[in-house]
Amino acid sequence: MMPARPRVPTRFASTLSACVVVAFVVGCSGWQSALDPKGPRADAVAKLHWSLVTVAAVVYVIVISALIYALWRGSRRELPDQAHIHRETPEQADTMKRGVVIAVAITAVVMLSFVFTSVSVGSSVARVDGNKPLRIDVVGHQWWWEVKYPDADPHNNFETANEIHVPVGRPVLIKMTAQDVIHSFWAPNIGGKKDLIPGHETVTWFRADSAGVYRGQCAEFCGHEHAKMAFFIVAEPRLEFESWLQKQRGEAPQPTDSLTQAGQKVFLSGPCVMCHTISGTPAAATAGPNLTHLASRRTIAAGTLPNNTGNLAGWILDPQTIKPGVKMPPNQLDPQSLRALLAYLESLK
Amino acid sequence: MTRILSLAPTPMRWGGLFIVALAAMLSCKREQRRFRETPPSATAANLVTMSELQPGPAVIEAELRNPYEDNAYAVSEGKRLFDQMNCSGCHSHGGGGIGPPLTDNEWIYGSEPQNIFSTIIEGRPNGMPAFRGKLPNYQIWQLVAYVRALGGIQGKAVRTTRDDHMMYKESEQARDKGHPSPTFVPPTSVKQ
Repeated sequence: MMPARPRVPTRFASTLSACVVVAFVVGCSGWQSALDPKGPRADAVAKLHWSLVTVAAVVYVIVISALIYALWRGSRRELPDQAHIHRETPEQADTMKRGVVIAVAITAVVMLSFVFTSVSVGSSVARVDGNKPLRIDVVGHQWWWEVKYPDADPHNNFETANEIHVPVGRPVLIKMTAQDVIHSFWAPNIGGKKDLIPGHETVTWFRADSAGVYRGQCAEFCGHEHAKMAFFIVAEPRLEFESWLQKQRGEAPQPTDSLTQAGQKVFLSGPCVMCHTISGTPAAATAGPNLTHLASRRTIAAGTLPNNTGNLAGWILDPQTIKPGVKMPPNQLDPQSLRALLAYLESLK
Repeated sequence: MTRILSLAPTPMRWGGLFIVALAAMLSCKREQRRFRETPPSATAANLVTMSELQPGPAVIEAELRNPYEDNAYAVSEGKRLFDQMNCSGCHSHGGGGIGPPLTDNEWIYGSEPQNIFSTIIEGRPNGMPAFRGKLPNYQIWQLVAYVRALGGIQGKAVRTTRDDHMMYKESEQARDKGHPSPTFVPPTSVKQ
Protein backbone atom coordinates (compact mmCIF):
# COMPACT_ATOMS: atom_id res chain seq x y z
CA MET A 1 0.00 0.00 0.00
CA MET A 2 1.30 3.40 -0.95
CA PRO A 3 1.75 5.87 1.88
CA ALA A 4 -0.55 8.86 1.59
CA ARG A 5 1.15 11.70 -0.21
CA PRO A 6 1.69 14.82 1.86
CA ARG A 7 -0.94 17.41 1.02
CA VAL A 8 1.47 20.30 1.36
CA PRO A 9 1.95 21.03 -2.36
CA THR A 10 -1.79 21.23 -3.06
CA ARG A 11 -2.39 23.31 0.04
CA PHE A 12 0.52 25.54 -0.99
CA ALA A 13 -0.92 25.90 -4.48
CA SER A 14 -4.41 26.75 -3.23
CA THR A 15 -3.01 29.26 -0.73
CA LEU A 16 -0.90 30.82 -3.45
CA SER A 17 -3.81 31.13 -5.86
CA ALA A 18 -5.99 32.55 -3.06
CA CYS A 19 -3.26 35.10 -2.34
CA VAL A 20 -3.06 36.05 -6.01
CA VAL A 21 -6.82 36.55 -6.17
CA VAL A 22 -6.80 38.59 -2.97
CA ALA A 23 -3.89 40.67 -4.26
CA PHE A 24 -5.81 41.42 -7.44
CA VAL A 25 -8.97 42.36 -5.61
CA VAL A 26 -7.14 44.51 -3.07
CA GLY A 27 -4.99 46.06 -5.78
CA CYS A 28 -8.01 47.18 -7.74
CA SER A 29 -9.93 48.59 -4.78
CA GLY A 30 -9.58 52.26 -4.02
CA TRP A 31 -7.44 52.73 -0.89
CA GLN A 32 -3.98 53.87 -1.96
CA SER A 33 -4.13 52.06 -5.28
CA ALA A 34 -2.58 53.16 -8.56
CA LEU A 35 -5.22 51.07 -10.36
CA ASP A 36 -8.06 53.24 -9.09
CA PRO A 37 -7.07 56.58 -10.60
CA LYS A 38 -8.80 59.77 -9.45
CA GLY A 39 -6.83 62.28 -11.47
CA PRO A 40 -5.27 62.69 -14.92
CA ARG A 41 -1.75 61.76 -13.86
CA ALA A 42 -2.69 58.52 -12.15
CA ASP A 43 -5.16 57.85 -14.98
CA ALA A 44 -2.44 58.03 -17.65
CA VAL A 45 -0.23 55.71 -15.61
CA ALA A 46 -3.07 53.24 -15.00
CA LYS A 47 -3.91 53.18 -18.73
CA LEU A 48 -0.25 52.58 -19.56
CA HIS A 49 -0.18 49.80 -16.99
CA TRP A 50 -3.22 48.04 -18.42
CA SER A 51 -2.03 48.37 -22.03
CA LEU A 52 1.36 46.87 -21.16
CA VAL A 53 -0.26 44.09 -19.14
CA THR A 54 -2.69 43.31 -21.99
CA VAL A 55 0.03 43.10 -24.65
CA ALA A 56 2.22 41.04 -22.33
CA ALA A 57 -0.70 38.68 -21.62
CA VAL A 58 -1.43 38.18 -25.34
CA VAL A 59 2.26 37.52 -26.06
CA TYR A 60 2.41 35.09 -23.15
CA VAL A 61 -0.60 33.14 -24.38
CA ILE A 62 0.82 32.96 -27.94
CA VAL A 63 4.27 31.83 -26.79
CA ILE A 64 2.94 29.23 -24.37
CA SER A 65 0.48 27.90 -26.98
CA ALA A 66 3.29 27.58 -29.52
CA LEU A 67 5.42 25.78 -26.96
CA ILE A 68 2.64 23.35 -26.04
CA TYR A 69 1.92 22.73 -29.74
CA ALA A 70 5.59 22.03 -30.44
CA LEU A 71 5.82 19.60 -27.52
CA TRP A 72 2.64 17.86 -28.58
CA ARG A 73 3.79 17.56 -32.21
CA GLY A 74 7.25 16.41 -31.16
CA SER A 75 5.85 13.71 -28.91
CA ARG A 76 3.77 12.26 -31.79
CA ARG A 77 6.68 12.12 -34.21
CA GLU A 78 8.82 9.02 -34.35
CA LEU A 79 12.36 9.56 -33.17
CA PRO A 80 14.72 9.84 -36.14
CA ASP A 81 17.86 7.78 -36.07
CA GLN A 82 21.10 9.53 -35.11
CA ALA A 83 22.23 10.02 -38.66
CA HIS A 84 19.28 12.20 -39.61
CA ILE A 85 18.85 14.24 -36.51
CA HIS A 86 20.38 17.52 -37.73
CA ARG A 87 19.66 17.19 -41.37
CA GLU A 88 16.83 19.23 -42.80
CA THR A 89 16.06 19.95 -46.40
CA PRO A 90 17.09 23.45 -47.63
CA GLU A 91 13.37 24.35 -47.88
CA GLN A 92 12.82 23.44 -44.24
CA ALA A 93 15.85 25.44 -43.18
CA ASP A 94 14.58 28.48 -45.08
CA THR A 95 11.17 28.27 -43.47
CA MET A 96 12.67 28.05 -40.00
CA LYS A 97 14.99 30.96 -40.65
CA ARG A 98 12.08 33.06 -41.89
CA GLY A 99 10.07 32.12 -38.81
CA VAL A 100 12.84 33.21 -36.47
CA VAL A 101 13.37 36.51 -38.32
CA ILE A 102 9.66 37.33 -38.21
CA ALA A 103 9.39 36.46 -34.49
CA VAL A 104 12.44 38.62 -33.64
CA ALA A 105 11.08 41.50 -35.74
CA ILE A 106 7.66 41.36 -34.02
CA THR A 107 9.34 41.23 -30.60
CA ALA A 108 11.52 44.23 -31.45
CA VAL A 109 8.50 46.21 -32.68
CA VAL A 110 6.52 45.38 -29.52
CA MET A 111 9.41 46.29 -27.23
CA LEU A 112 10.10 49.55 -29.05
CA SER A 113 6.43 50.50 -28.93
CA PHE A 114 6.55 49.86 -25.15
CA VAL A 115 9.48 52.25 -24.89
CA PHE A 116 7.76 54.94 -26.94
CA THR A 117 4.47 54.62 -25.06
CA SER A 118 6.04 54.79 -21.62
CA VAL A 119 8.30 57.70 -22.53
CA SER A 120 5.39 59.65 -24.05
CA VAL A 121 3.17 58.95 -21.03
CA GLY A 122 6.04 60.01 -18.79
CA SER A 123 6.48 63.32 -20.56
CA SER A 124 2.73 63.96 -20.78
CA VAL A 125 2.20 63.53 -17.03
CA ALA A 126 5.14 65.81 -16.30
CA ARG A 127 3.47 68.77 -18.06
CA VAL A 128 1.36 70.95 -15.77
CA ASP A 129 -2.17 70.93 -17.08
CA GLY A 130 -4.03 74.22 -17.10
CA ASN A 131 -2.98 77.61 -15.82
CA LYS A 132 -3.31 79.26 -12.43
CA PRO A 133 -2.54 76.19 -10.42
CA LEU A 134 -2.85 76.22 -6.64
CA ARG A 135 0.63 76.35 -5.15
CA ILE A 136 1.53 74.30 -2.10
CA ASP A 137 4.96 73.80 -0.55
CA VAL A 138 5.80 70.47 1.01
CA VAL A 139 8.83 69.78 3.21
CA GLY A 140 9.72 66.20 4.09
CA HIS A 141 10.92 65.51 7.63
CA GLN A 142 11.78 62.34 9.48
CA TRP A 143 8.94 61.24 9.62
CA TRP A 144 6.19 63.66 8.76
CA TRP A 145 5.14 66.09 6.05
CA GLU A 146 5.16 69.84 6.52
CA VAL A 147 2.56 71.46 4.26
CA LYS A 148 2.62 75.20 3.56
CA TYR A 149 0.05 77.26 1.71
CA PRO A 150 1.81 80.38 0.44
CA ASP A 151 -0.28 83.38 -0.56
CA ALA A 152 0.37 86.74 -2.23
CA ASP A 153 -0.64 88.32 1.08
CA PRO A 154 1.80 87.02 3.69
CA HIS A 155 -0.86 87.35 6.39
CA ASN A 156 -2.63 84.48 4.70
CA ASN A 157 0.32 82.09 4.82
CA PHE A 158 -0.18 79.13 7.07
CA GLU A 159 1.31 75.75 7.76
CA THR A 160 -0.22 72.41 8.53
CA ALA A 161 1.03 68.84 8.58
CA ASN A 162 0.35 65.50 6.91
CA GLU A 163 -2.91 66.64 5.34
CA ILE A 164 -3.09 68.34 1.95
CA HIS A 165 -6.48 69.86 1.23
CA VAL A 166 -7.10 70.66 -2.43
CA PRO A 167 -10.11 71.80 -4.46
CA VAL A 168 -11.56 69.23 -6.87
CA GLY A 169 -10.70 69.84 -10.52
CA ARG A 170 -8.03 72.51 -10.00
CA PRO A 171 -4.41 71.66 -10.83
CA VAL A 172 -2.11 71.80 -7.83
CA LEU A 173 1.57 72.66 -8.15
CA ILE A 174 3.69 71.25 -5.35
CA LYS A 175 7.17 72.58 -4.63
CA MET A 176 9.06 70.17 -2.46
CA THR A 177 12.25 69.88 -0.51
CA ALA A 178 13.47 67.84 2.45
CA GLN A 179 14.89 68.80 5.80
CA ASP A 180 17.08 65.82 6.54
CA VAL A 181 17.21 62.91 4.09
CA ILE A 182 15.60 62.08 0.74
CA HIS A 183 11.88 61.35 0.89
CA SER A 184 9.44 60.68 -1.93
CA PHE A 185 5.92 61.98 -2.47
CA TRP A 186 3.49 59.36 -3.72
CA ALA A 187 -0.29 59.28 -3.62
CA PRO A 188 -1.06 56.36 -5.95
CA ASN A 189 -4.67 57.39 -6.69
CA ILE A 190 -3.64 60.92 -7.63
CA GLY A 191 -0.05 60.96 -8.85
CA GLY A 192 3.63 60.93 -8.02
CA LYS A 193 6.24 59.80 -7.33
CA LYS A 194 8.63 62.65 -6.93
CA ASP A 195 11.62 62.76 -4.63
CA LEU A 196 12.10 65.42 -1.97
CA ILE A 197 15.78 66.22 -1.80
CA PRO A 198 17.57 68.17 0.96
CA GLY A 199 18.91 71.50 -0.27
CA HIS A 200 17.17 71.21 -3.62
CA GLU A 201 13.69 72.06 -4.86
CA THR A 202 11.66 69.65 -6.93
CA VAL A 203 8.27 70.28 -8.48
CA THR A 204 5.32 68.03 -9.17
CA TRP A 205 1.68 68.63 -9.93
CA PHE A 206 -1.59 66.77 -9.72
CA ARG A 207 -5.30 67.25 -10.09
CA ALA A 208 -7.97 65.42 -8.14
CA ASP A 209 -11.04 64.86 -10.31
CA SER A 210 -13.40 63.57 -7.66
CA ALA A 211 -13.88 64.46 -4.03
CA GLY A 212 -12.47 62.08 -1.46
CA VAL A 213 -9.60 61.31 0.90
CA TYR A 214 -6.60 59.69 -0.74
CA ARG A 215 -3.77 58.18 1.22
CA GLY A 216 -0.20 58.87 0.20
CA GLN A 217 3.03 57.45 1.50
CA CYS A 218 6.71 58.24 1.55
CA ALA A 219 8.15 56.12 -1.24
CA GLU A 220 11.85 56.45 -0.54
CA PHE A 221 13.27 54.62 2.45
CA CYS A 222 14.11 57.35 4.93
CA GLY A 223 14.85 55.71 8.26
CA HIS A 224 13.17 53.84 11.09
CA GLU A 225 9.65 55.14 10.67
CA HIS A 226 9.54 55.31 6.89
CA ALA A 227 6.46 53.05 6.95
CA LYS A 228 4.65 55.41 9.32
CA MET A 229 5.20 58.47 7.16
CA ALA A 230 1.85 58.81 5.47
CA PHE A 231 -0.16 61.80 4.34
CA PHE A 232 -3.65 62.41 3.05
CA ILE A 233 -4.85 64.34 0.05
CA VAL A 234 -8.30 65.64 0.93
CA ALA A 235 -10.05 66.69 -2.28
CA GLU A 236 -13.07 68.88 -1.59
CA PRO A 237 -15.55 70.90 -3.66
CA ARG A 238 -14.35 74.47 -4.14
CA LEU A 239 -16.60 76.10 -1.53
CA GLU A 240 -15.72 73.58 1.14
CA PHE A 241 -12.05 74.06 0.34
CA GLU A 242 -12.36 77.86 0.59
CA SER A 243 -13.99 77.63 4.01
CA TRP A 244 -11.25 75.25 5.18
CA LEU A 245 -8.67 77.74 3.88
CA GLN A 246 -10.29 80.61 5.77
CA LYS A 247 -10.34 78.61 8.97
CA GLN A 248 -6.72 77.50 8.69
CA ARG A 249 -5.55 81.04 7.99
CA GLY A 250 -6.89 82.17 11.34
CA GLU A 251 -5.00 82.00 14.59
CA ALA A 252 -5.69 79.26 17.10
CA PRO A 253 -8.76 79.93 19.23
CA GLN A 254 -7.90 81.35 22.65
CA PRO A 255 -8.82 79.08 25.56
CA THR A 256 -12.08 80.12 27.21
CA ASP A 257 -12.59 77.90 30.25
CA SER A 258 -10.22 77.27 33.13
CA LEU A 259 -9.31 73.73 32.00
CA THR A 260 -8.14 74.76 28.52
CA GLN A 261 -6.41 77.80 30.00
CA ALA A 262 -4.48 75.50 32.32
CA GLY A 263 -3.71 73.29 29.32
CA GLN A 264 -2.28 76.20 27.39
CA LYS A 265 -0.09 76.99 30.36
CA VAL A 266 1.18 73.39 30.40
CA PHE A 267 1.92 73.63 26.71
CA LEU A 268 3.76 76.94 26.93
CA SER A 269 5.78 76.16 30.06
CA GLY A 270 6.74 72.59 29.21
CA PRO A 271 8.85 70.91 26.57
CA CYS A 272 6.07 71.13 23.91
CA VAL A 273 6.94 74.72 23.17
CA MET A 274 10.51 73.82 22.23
CA CYS A 275 9.43 72.16 18.97
CA HIS A 276 5.86 73.16 18.07
CA THR A 277 4.07 76.27 16.88
CA ILE A 278 0.58 77.37 17.84
CA SER A 279 -0.13 80.67 16.12
CA GLY A 280 -1.63 83.31 18.40
CA THR A 281 0.56 82.11 21.26
CA PRO A 282 4.29 82.58 21.98
CA ALA A 283 4.89 79.01 20.78
CA ALA A 284 6.75 79.44 17.50
CA ALA A 285 9.26 76.61 17.15
CA THR A 286 9.56 74.77 13.87
CA ALA A 287 11.28 71.49 14.73
CA GLY A 288 7.97 69.61 14.96
CA PRO A 289 4.61 69.87 13.18
CA ASN A 290 2.59 73.07 13.48
CA LEU A 291 -0.30 72.42 15.90
CA THR A 292 -2.36 75.56 15.31
CA HIS A 293 -5.41 73.62 14.11
CA LEU A 294 -4.48 70.18 15.38
CA ALA A 295 -8.04 69.20 16.26
CA SER A 296 -9.16 69.66 12.65
CA ARG A 297 -6.86 66.90 11.43
CA ARG A 298 -7.88 63.31 10.90
CA THR A 299 -4.78 61.60 12.23
CA ILE A 300 -1.76 62.19 14.43
CA ALA A 301 1.85 61.15 13.90
CA ALA A 302 1.66 61.24 10.07
CA GLY A 303 -1.27 58.89 9.60
CA THR A 304 -0.21 56.51 12.37
CA LEU A 305 -3.25 56.89 14.64
CA PRO A 306 -6.73 58.40 14.37
CA ASN A 307 -6.83 61.78 16.10
CA ASN A 308 -8.80 61.23 19.31
CA THR A 309 -8.28 61.90 23.02
CA GLY A 310 -6.95 58.48 23.94
CA ASN A 311 -4.44 58.30 21.11
CA LEU A 312 -3.31 61.85 21.74
CA ALA A 313 -2.73 61.06 25.43
CA GLY A 314 -0.74 57.94 24.57
CA TRP A 315 1.23 59.86 22.00
CA ILE A 316 2.15 62.70 24.36
CA LEU A 317 3.19 60.40 27.20
CA ASP A 318 5.08 57.77 25.23
CA PRO A 319 5.48 58.32 21.51
CA GLN A 320 8.47 55.96 21.46
CA THR A 321 6.18 52.97 21.93
CA ILE A 322 3.81 54.02 19.16
CA LYS A 323 6.49 55.09 16.68
CA PRO A 324 9.93 53.98 17.93
CA GLY A 325 12.68 56.37 16.93
CA VAL A 326 10.38 59.34 16.35
CA LYS A 327 11.96 62.65 17.24
CA MET A 328 9.31 63.46 19.86
CA PRO A 329 10.52 62.57 23.36
CA PRO A 330 8.35 60.96 26.04
CA ASN A 331 6.82 63.47 28.44
CA GLN A 332 6.18 62.99 32.13
CA LEU A 333 2.97 64.77 33.09
CA ASP A 334 0.80 64.47 36.15
CA PRO A 335 -2.83 63.48 35.44
CA GLN A 336 -4.27 66.98 35.93
CA SER A 337 -1.74 68.56 33.60
CA LEU A 338 -2.29 65.86 30.99
CA ARG A 339 -6.07 66.28 31.11
CA ALA A 340 -5.77 70.04 30.81
CA LEU A 341 -3.28 69.75 27.94
CA LEU A 342 -5.55 67.32 26.09
CA ALA A 343 -8.54 69.62 26.55
CA TYR A 344 -6.50 72.52 25.19
CA LEU A 345 -5.19 70.57 22.18
CA GLU A 346 -8.68 69.35 21.36
CA SER A 347 -9.96 72.91 21.42
CA LEU A 348 -7.60 73.81 18.56
CA LYS A 349 -10.21 73.33 15.87
CA MET B 1 39.56 17.70 1.60
CA THR B 2 36.83 16.75 4.00
CA ARG B 3 39.18 17.31 6.87
CA ILE B 4 39.84 20.89 5.79
CA LEU B 5 36.16 21.65 5.33
CA SER B 6 34.93 20.04 8.53
CA LEU B 7 33.84 22.47 11.20
CA ALA B 8 34.40 20.33 14.24
CA PRO B 9 34.69 22.55 17.31
CA THR B 10 38.26 22.92 18.46
CA PRO B 11 39.50 25.31 21.17
CA MET B 12 41.13 27.46 18.47
CA ARG B 13 37.86 27.79 16.54
CA TRP B 14 35.89 28.57 19.67
CA GLY B 15 38.42 31.24 20.52
CA GLY B 16 38.20 32.76 17.06
CA LEU B 17 34.42 32.72 17.13
CA PHE B 18 34.47 34.38 20.54
CA ILE B 19 36.72 37.18 19.31
CA VAL B 20 34.57 37.77 16.21
CA ALA B 21 31.39 37.81 18.33
CA LEU B 22 32.99 40.19 20.80
CA ALA B 23 34.02 42.57 18.01
CA ALA B 24 30.49 42.42 16.56
CA MET B 25 28.96 43.09 19.97
CA LEU B 26 31.25 46.04 20.62
CA SER B 27 30.39 47.66 17.30
CA CYS B 28 26.70 47.02 17.98
CA LYS B 29 27.00 49.03 21.16
CA ARG B 30 28.42 51.95 19.23
CA GLU B 31 25.49 51.93 16.79
CA GLN B 32 22.81 50.88 19.27
CA ARG B 33 19.66 52.99 19.05
CA ARG B 34 17.95 53.16 22.38
CA PHE B 35 14.64 54.83 21.72
CA ARG B 36 12.98 54.15 24.99
CA GLU B 37 14.76 53.90 28.28
CA THR B 38 14.68 55.21 31.77
CA PRO B 39 16.30 58.61 31.50
CA PRO B 40 19.48 59.03 33.51
CA SER B 41 18.80 60.74 36.79
CA ALA B 42 19.00 64.48 36.81
CA THR B 43 19.48 64.70 40.56
CA ALA B 44 22.84 62.98 40.29
CA ALA B 45 24.18 65.93 38.36
CA ASN B 46 23.34 68.16 41.31
CA LEU B 47 26.41 66.74 43.03
CA VAL B 48 28.43 69.01 40.77
CA THR B 49 29.38 72.21 42.52
CA MET B 50 30.58 75.50 41.16
CA SER B 51 33.14 75.95 43.93
CA GLU B 52 35.92 73.70 45.11
CA LEU B 53 35.33 74.89 48.67
CA GLN B 54 32.63 73.21 50.73
CA PRO B 55 31.44 73.33 54.34
CA GLY B 56 32.05 70.34 56.54
CA PRO B 57 34.41 67.51 55.67
CA ALA B 58 35.63 67.32 52.09
CA VAL B 59 33.62 64.87 50.01
CA ILE B 60 35.15 63.38 46.90
CA GLU B 61 33.22 64.62 43.88
CA ALA B 62 31.13 61.88 42.41
CA GLU B 63 32.26 60.61 39.06
CA LEU B 64 29.30 60.66 36.69
CA ARG B 65 29.30 58.90 33.41
CA ASN B 66 27.25 59.96 30.44
CA PRO B 67 25.35 56.84 29.31
CA TYR B 68 25.63 58.10 25.73
CA GLU B 69 29.35 58.80 25.69
CA ASP B 70 30.18 55.87 23.42
CA ASN B 71 27.09 55.89 21.27
CA ALA B 72 27.25 57.30 17.75
CA TYR B 73 23.46 57.56 17.39
CA ALA B 74 23.14 59.61 20.58
CA VAL B 75 25.91 61.94 19.42
CA SER B 76 24.17 62.55 16.10
CA GLU B 77 20.87 63.11 17.92
CA GLY B 78 22.73 65.63 20.06
CA LYS B 79 23.89 67.33 16.92
CA ARG B 80 20.33 67.56 15.63
CA LEU B 81 19.18 69.04 18.95
CA PHE B 82 22.12 71.45 18.98
CA ASP B 83 20.70 73.02 15.82
CA GLN B 84 17.01 72.65 16.63
CA MET B 85 17.34 74.14 20.12
CA ASN B 86 19.28 77.04 18.60
CA CYS B 87 22.51 76.41 20.49
CA SER B 88 24.14 77.51 17.23
CA GLY B 89 22.47 80.88 17.69
CA CYS B 90 25.19 81.78 20.20
CA HIS B 91 27.81 79.03 19.89
CA SER B 92 27.70 79.00 16.08
CA HIS B 93 28.19 75.31 15.33
CA GLY B 94 30.76 75.21 18.10
CA GLY B 95 32.83 78.10 16.81
CA GLY B 96 31.48 80.66 19.23
CA GLY B 97 30.10 84.13 18.66
CA ILE B 98 27.78 85.61 21.25
CA GLY B 99 28.62 82.59 23.40
CA PRO B 100 32.02 81.01 23.94
CA PRO B 101 33.43 78.58 21.39
CA LEU B 102 33.10 74.90 22.22
CA THR B 103 35.86 73.60 19.99
CA ASP B 104 38.82 74.57 22.13
CA ASN B 105 40.27 73.26 25.36
CA GLU B 106 39.23 76.12 27.61
CA TRP B 107 36.03 75.50 29.50
CA ILE B 108 34.71 78.18 31.85
CA TYR B 109 32.39 75.84 33.72
CA GLY B 110 34.17 72.53 33.23
CA SER B 111 34.31 70.02 30.40
CA GLU B 112 33.34 66.85 32.29
CA PRO B 113 29.97 65.40 31.26
CA GLN B 114 28.34 66.33 34.56
CA ASN B 115 29.65 69.92 34.28
CA ILE B 116 28.16 70.33 30.82
CA PHE B 117 24.91 68.74 31.96
CA SER B 118 24.65 71.25 34.82
CA THR B 119 25.51 74.13 32.51
CA ILE B 120 22.67 73.22 30.15
CA ILE B 121 20.16 72.45 32.92
CA GLU B 122 20.93 75.46 35.12
CA GLY B 123 22.03 78.03 32.60
CA ARG B 124 25.03 80.26 33.25
CA PRO B 125 25.37 83.99 33.92
CA ASN B 126 25.56 86.42 31.02
CA GLY B 127 23.52 84.65 28.42
CA MET B 128 23.27 80.87 28.76
CA PRO B 129 19.59 79.98 29.23
CA ALA B 130 18.47 77.21 31.59
CA PHE B 131 16.88 74.23 29.81
CA ARG B 132 15.43 72.63 32.94
CA GLY B 133 11.91 71.42 32.24
CA LYS B 134 12.23 72.23 28.56
CA LEU B 135 14.05 69.11 27.45
CA PRO B 136 13.92 65.61 28.90
CA ASN B 137 17.11 64.58 30.68
CA TYR B 138 18.08 61.99 28.12
CA GLN B 139 18.12 64.59 25.36
CA ILE B 140 20.33 66.81 27.49
CA TRP B 141 22.74 63.90 27.93
CA GLN B 142 22.70 63.51 24.14
CA LEU B 143 23.57 67.20 23.83
CA VAL B 144 26.38 66.69 26.34
CA ALA B 145 27.74 63.84 24.24
CA TYR B 146 27.66 66.02 21.13
CA VAL B 147 29.22 69.06 22.81
CA ARG B 148 32.10 66.88 23.92
CA ALA B 149 32.40 65.57 20.37
CA LEU B 150 32.58 69.18 19.17
CA GLY B 151 35.49 69.81 21.47
CA GLY B 152 37.27 66.70 20.28
CA ILE B 153 37.13 65.23 23.79
CA GLN B 154 34.84 62.43 22.71
CA GLY B 155 36.28 59.28 21.16
CA LYS B 156 36.74 59.69 17.44
CA ALA B 157 34.74 56.59 16.53
CA VAL B 158 31.41 58.00 17.73
CA ARG B 159 31.80 61.57 16.48
CA THR B 160 29.50 62.72 13.69
CA THR B 161 30.84 62.71 10.16
CA ARG B 162 28.41 64.86 8.20
CA ASP B 163 25.91 67.71 8.40
CA ASP B 164 22.32 67.60 7.21
CA HIS B 165 22.94 70.90 5.44
CA MET B 166 25.83 71.99 3.24
CA MET B 167 29.18 71.23 4.85
CA TYR B 168 31.15 74.45 5.27
CA LYS B 169 33.49 73.19 7.91
CA GLU B 170 35.27 69.94 8.58
CA SER B 171 33.26 67.27 10.33
CA GLU B 172 33.57 66.67 14.05
CA GLN B 173 35.23 63.38 13.29
CA ALA B 174 37.96 65.03 11.24
CA ARG B 175 39.14 67.12 14.18
CA ASP B 176 42.18 66.18 16.15
CA LYS B 177 41.86 65.53 19.82
CA GLY B 178 43.44 68.25 21.89
CA HIS B 179 44.00 70.46 18.90
CA PRO B 180 40.53 71.43 17.74
CA SER B 181 40.73 73.71 14.77
CA PRO B 182 38.65 76.88 14.60
CA THR B 183 35.58 76.62 12.39
CA PHE B 184 35.89 80.16 11.14
CA VAL B 185 39.11 81.89 10.16
CA PRO B 186 38.55 85.62 9.65
CA PRO B 187 40.21 86.98 6.53
CA THR B 188 43.40 88.85 7.32
CA SER B 189 42.55 92.52 7.62
CA VAL B 190 44.26 94.99 5.36
CA LYS B 191 46.61 97.22 7.33
CA GLN B 192 45.95 100.91 6.98
